Amino acid sequence: MNLDRVANVLNAEILLKSANWEHVDVEYACGSDLISDVLAFVKNKTILLTGLTNTQLIKTVQVLDIPAIVFVRGKRPSEEFIEAAKQIGLPILLTNYTMYVACGLLYKAGLKG
Amino acid sequence: MPNIKYVYEIKSRDFMSAGDASAYIKSVLKKLGLDHEIIRRVAVAAYEAELNIAIHSVGGVLTVEITPDYIDIIGEDRGPGIEDIALAMQEGFSTAPEEIREMGFGAGMGLPNMKKCSDEFRIHSELGKGTKIFMRIYIGGGSNEQ
Repeated sequence: MNLDRVANVLNAEILLKSANWEHVDVEYACGSDLISDVLAFVKNKTILLTGLTNTQLIKTVQVLDIPAIVFVRGKRPSEEFIEAAKQIGLPILLTNYTMYVACGLLYKAGLKG
Repeated sequence: MPNIKYVYEIKSRDFMSAGDASAYIKSVLKKLGLDHEIIRRVAVAAYEAELNIAIHSVGGVLTVEITPDYIDIIGEDRGPGIEDIALAMQEGFSTAPEEIREMGFGAGMGLPNMKKCSDEFRIHSELGKGTKIFMRIYIGGGSNEQ
């Protein structure tokens, strides 16, 4: 699934696109607000759905090669976060759906867990 | 390939820097062309070690040594030490304070996750002095990960 489709399914605002946006092919998604759980369970190239907006999350994204991040529940990251995301080429999507609904919609659209 | 050794000073509660060492090590391993899964395990183990030092101690050192056969990751901190290691190794057990949990840390998965990522895992802790964690990951496979 490409990121345009992810954005479409989640009725999401695309806050930040990366240079490789068109080429990102997503197969898996993980929804979590706990960094250690993300570190424990993400194995394949997986997009992250979260309500956490602290800048430390950027490090987690780097360590796990997470190709894109979706903020749920209408959360919006700080300018500092957006700047850090730009530097590592991390696409950011924003959706007003809750974690449960956002994960459900992506699962129904074919993304695995 | 000669052995490569990196030593990083990890500061207490410095969450802007915690993860920098792991991200760098990861980029080195990628350049060396190592298997994706080995790189992931080393990066996660090193990152969890960095986070643990930043969260629980007054500071410490992360050492990573890359050899042709294996990668050693050693986290050594100065701090309160761990009272009950068996309890600390249980998934979900955490002594992280509330302000740390609010940042998304402190799920009680750090130590179990480090063990899961390594082929060899040893932990030694002395109350009032600190904790030392040794992890070895073999490059040619041999993962104990479930």
